[in-house]
Amino acid sequence: MDMPDVQPHEPAARYADSITKYIVIYVCILVLAGVQFAIAYTHLSGTAMFARMLFVALAEAGLALMFFMHLWGEKRGFVLFVLIITGFVIMAMQYGWTDSYRMELGVPYSQSKPGAVQ
Amino acid sequence: MSQAEMSLPGHPAGTLTAPAFSVPAKKMAMWLFIIADAATFAAVLVAYGFLRNGSPNWPTPFRFSPTVLNAMLMTFILVTSSLTMLLGVRAGKAGEKPAAFHWTMITAIGGLIFAVLHLREWLGMIHQGATLFHNPWGTGLFGASFFSITGLHLLHVTAGVIALVAVGVRYKGGRYGADDLEVLGLYWHFVDLVWMFVVPFVYLLNVAH
Repeated sequence: MDMPDVQPHEPAARYADSITKYIVIYVCILVLAGVQFAIAYTHLSGTAMFARMLFVALAEAGLALMFFMHLWGEKRGFVLFVLIITGFVIMAMQYGWTDSYRMELGVPYSQSKPGAVQ
Repeated sequence: MSQAEMSLPGHPAGTLTAPAFSVPAKKMAMWLFIIADAATFAAVLVAYGFLRNGSPNWPTPFRFSPTVLNAMLMTFILVTSSLTMLLGVRAGKAGEKPAAFHWTMITAIGGLIFAVLHLREWLGMIHQGATLFHNPWGTGLFGASFFSITGLHLLHVTAGVIALVAVGVRYKGGRYGADDLEVLGLYWHFVDLVWMFVVPFVYLLNVAH
């Protein structure tokens, strides 16, 4: 009989890390949040600013997800389960996003209408 | 017997099903809620981006003081409350019940301060003439999206504060255990995580230069 790889009485995430580790993650998240505020006062184009802010936000969220929410300590199958389902749903929304200009401006997909502010 | 099934001492083989991925049922339910809620917030933020790009007169009214300064303070408080929640769960798992209760209540106070700062900011904007349908700076969609997104997040914070107090009191009274604190902690960290996206897209992209 194949043995299951699960131990029902032993949760994977144990919350036994040192407080120092948590404080380091906390400081990293605060620093990244500070970087976002700094980016807001640079003279970048809207798209470049959005891309940088999204990148920093994803880094912050990754730290919070993996270490504050202890996803890192869970079984690999569960990590994949959470990330793939969430990622798929959010990525699927991008279909509507790229097609949004057709609904808004009457032109297909991401082609902008002359005179419209992007 | 399938791989998903296993027996425990004192029970016939196959009568108990092992939790998926070794994650207890309550925790799995919270993760599923988080996945669904992440999709909700993502949908709202994508819709906001759509409206913002499609509106020719989208305003950028937020000045450093008071709005950006307030957002910085709110971010600091919310991230700090995430740390205190973590310390509470850690203490609970270590069996340090009084410490776990105190950290949970400190987290609730952090959430309450966040909500008060948020409402103060809302009142300031309303005082300037910004509502769900109108604002003095440009398209009315700005107020609609701003109040909808920040309101949805504020609703989550408020629910979280109520849950922190309710679960914390029951934990202290012995009705709930450290696992319940952990499940609540997941929710609180998620609320913090969402704020990491709300701040740059709703506040910082609309800063007045």
